[in-house]
Amino acid sequence: MTEPLFARGQMAYSLAFHIVFAAVGIAMPLMMVLAEVMWLRTKDDGWLTLAKRWMKGTAVFFAVGAVSGTVLSFELGLLFPSFMEKAGAVIGMPFSLEGFAFFTEAIFLGLYFYGWKQLKPWVHVACGVVVAASGALSALFVTLVNAWMNTPCCMEPIDPLGAMVTPFAFHEVVHGTLAAYMATAFAVAAIHAWQLLEKPGDPFHLKALTIALVVAVPTALVQPLAGHHAGQVVAVHQPMKLAALEGHVKTGPRAPIHLGPVDIPGGLSFLAFNDFDAVVKGLEEIPQADWPHPIVRLSWLAMVALGTLAAAWAALTALLVWRNNRQLPRDRRWLWATVLLGPAGYIALEAGWVVTEVGRQPWVIYGVLRTHDAVTPVTGLWAPFAGFAVIYAGLAGVVAKVLYDQVKAT
Amino acid sequence: MILTLALVMLAALVLYAVLAGADFGGGAWDLFAAGPRAKAQRELVSHALAPVWEANHVWLILIVVILFTAFPPAFAALMTALHAPLMLMLAGIVMRGSAFVFRQYGKSGNEMWGRVFAVASTVTPVFLGMALGAMSTGGAWHGVFPLCVGLFSLSLFAMVAAVFLTVEAPERALQDDFRLRALGAAIVSAALAAVTAFVAPRPFVPLPAAASSVVLGAALLGALWLRRYGAARPLAVALVTLVVIGWGYGQYPYLLVPNVTLHAVAAPEPTLRLLLPTLGLGALVLFPSLFWLMRVFKTVGR
Ligand code: HDD
Ligand code: HEM
Ligand code: HEM
Repeated sequence: MTEPLFARGQMAYSLAFHIVFAAVGIAMPLMMVLAEVMWLRTKDDGWLTLAKRWMKGTAVFFAVGAVSGTVLSFELGLLFPSFMEKAGAVIGMPFSLEGFAFFTEAIFLGLYFYGWKQLKPWVHVACGVVVAASGALSALFVTLVNAWMNTPCCMEPIDPLGAMVTPFAFHEVVHGTLAAYMATAFAVAAIHAWQLLEKPGDPFHLKALTIALVVAVPTALVQPLAGHHAGQVVAVHQPMKLAALEGHVKTGPRAPIHLGPVDIPGGLSFLAFNDFDAVVKGLEEIPQADWPHPIVRLSWLAMVALGTLAAAWAALTALLVWRNNRQLPRDRRWLWATVLLGPAGYIALEAGWVVTEVGRQPWVIYGVLRTHDAVTPVTGLWAPFAGFAVIYAGLAGVVAKVLYDQVKAT
Repeated sequence: MILTLALVMLAALVLYAVLAGADFGGGAWDLFAAGPRAKAQRELVSHALAPVWEANHVWLILIVVILFTAFPPAFAALMTALHAPLMLMLAGIVMRGSAFVFRQYGKSGNEMWGRVFAVASTVTPVFLGMALGAMSTGGAWHGVFPLCVGLFSLSLFAMVAAVFLTVEAPERALQDDFRLRALGAAIVSAALAAVTAFVAPRPFVPLPAAASSVVLGAALLGALWLRRYGAARPLAVALVTLVVIGWGYGQYPYLLVPNVTLHAVAAPEPTLRLLLPTLGLGALVLFPSLFWLMRVFKTVGR
């Protein structure tokens, strides 16, 4: 491997690692607060137990999320100094706001986790609400940075506020935040559905599954729509990314879409521009050396397939609950489906980021700065690459083990 | 404006050194826990850290964010020159935080995670200090001077931690353990400060600062000797503050000696003009919340 590849690789796995913990940190506070509110309203102590159990699991994710995020904020400069030299003044604004969101989150997290005795119940709930809100806010701000990298602007003359509202900002924030809630809720639903297969009718796991579904079903139903909108914005601003997604080489009108062996003429033109006759640009427009890596198309197919499957499951679940007089389905086949779909959200989320990030290549700031030109001049990058890879792989294993033990103890 | 932003960064560094420094120092005392109450010492450290360490470590992120927003070329230069010590520091930060929660919430291997937490807490401040020291030597981080700054940082953090723990200790015997540790760390810090000043590449610490740190140090030793922990705590805070400010003064106007100065690398006006009020607004949210957090979990006074 070459030095730039080590830098890109380290950035990629650091982000792929962090995003899992960040998504948990965004979604779990919401679910914990929901459980706690149920406890305060029904006085059923099962809800309190649930909130506390979830809290114990989440604490581990929070800490690892915080330290891996710290690594990222340094890595931007350690690995891509000329990127930060160019971008720092423009996108420092959302990063600074994010900094305060982290502060708020960490402070109220301390109060929420350790203040059960010291704080009055509703004050405690309010602290949880602040944690949930500031977690979502930090995601919002950092996603604005990514949107700017995809559709950069406001550099000459410099306009840091304008740089926060770029054409990609809306869909990335909406689709990306939904993904965090959806992925986490799917994983949580799967854990408790799995426990219900072992202990049918267990009230604790039924409660947990209920809250997970309240988050999972609506987000899964909306997500494909948000994704479709994202695709339409990509078609306008990054036509080559769209071409890479569809493996579309020849520029032309009535571009077809391939569904397995079947071709729908004009399908791609319609999906991208709402018009069967629209011209869709193909990869032939750029030199072959600049074509995005084939993993972009693979990730894209994975995200769309899993998203569609998840939406179908959500529709079925909604139907079953409605037909069942608002009771959770007890059918073991449904529970199995829920278990099997557990990783789907996270796989789609990672795949979606690969689409966005690798699909942006060879640019780090789209059309402005090439990734190659942004890499640090420091040599020997294999060492931090290997070191952090070992650390992160180890941490992933330990986190999984801690979580497994905690679930088994319920 | 440039100077104000630099001062905000320095203030954040003071807060990081005092608050997160005490957390790192606490971890070092976990490593050096000894005697009949070793277990109680470790528990006190863990109890003191748990609710606050995540909030305390955000100061570092704030510093980095202000640095790359307000001084982007300096950020690029520093991250290039200090690549190795910073990567090592980050590895330490990751291991410290992760090991701490694994020990707290895991079901097995708690002994081992305790070790990892303690070792990572002890080496991380050394790398942090080496990186700060290397800012004065043009990035050369494995010289005698950066190493001295690194060791000095560790002993200073251990001193603050021990002083804070005397106030938080629930019983007399434990309090005495940390009193002895605070005294020891204070004396080691003084010695290391002298060595560091001696090997510094240029006259670094202004005389008034050196003089007042001697006075403060003596007062701190006295307070500890007389078991006046309530008085020792603000003195320790003042001492760390003075050291960090002294470092900043010696460094001014350079971010990286000899060719990166604050004024040469500042971001364009519009960014700076926006950043300042943003930091002000953020502070309005931050300080009351932080104060509340400390009120709920930390022993005030005594
Ligand atoms: C739970 C996760 C999840 C699911 C089920 C989906 N996505 Fe997605 N997708 C993401 C999670 C995600 C993501 C990880 O959050 C991304 C990366 C950047 C972003 O804004 O969202 C993303 C990016 C992303 C992009 C690229 C946007 C860009 O480059 O800025 C497109 C075009 C789509 N998605 C389209 C879809 C479609 C048509 C889906 C239909 C089923 C879909 N996504 C389901
Ligand atoms: C280059 C990209 C990124 C950087 C530099 C970054 C930076 C950070 C930092 C410094 C922290 C630690 C804050 C603390 O101490 O609590 C953190 C945590 C967090 N980050 Fe990131 N982050 C990045 C990407 C993301 C993305 C893509 C998201 C979400 C969409 C995200 C969401 C969060 C959240 C919610 C936390 C809170 C801690 C937690 O929940 O565990 N970050 N991030
Ligand atoms: C929202 C905040 C994010 C920011 C600011 C950000 C920023 C960056 C930067 C600076 C690079 C290196 C330069 C480059 O290769 O173009 C990069 C690459 C990459 N990022 Fe992101 N990223 C974000 C989110 C994510 C997430 C959550 C993932 C999760 C998988 C991700 C996956 C990748 C990958 C795979 C690469 C390597 C691309 C390649 O070099 O081929 N990014 N990102």
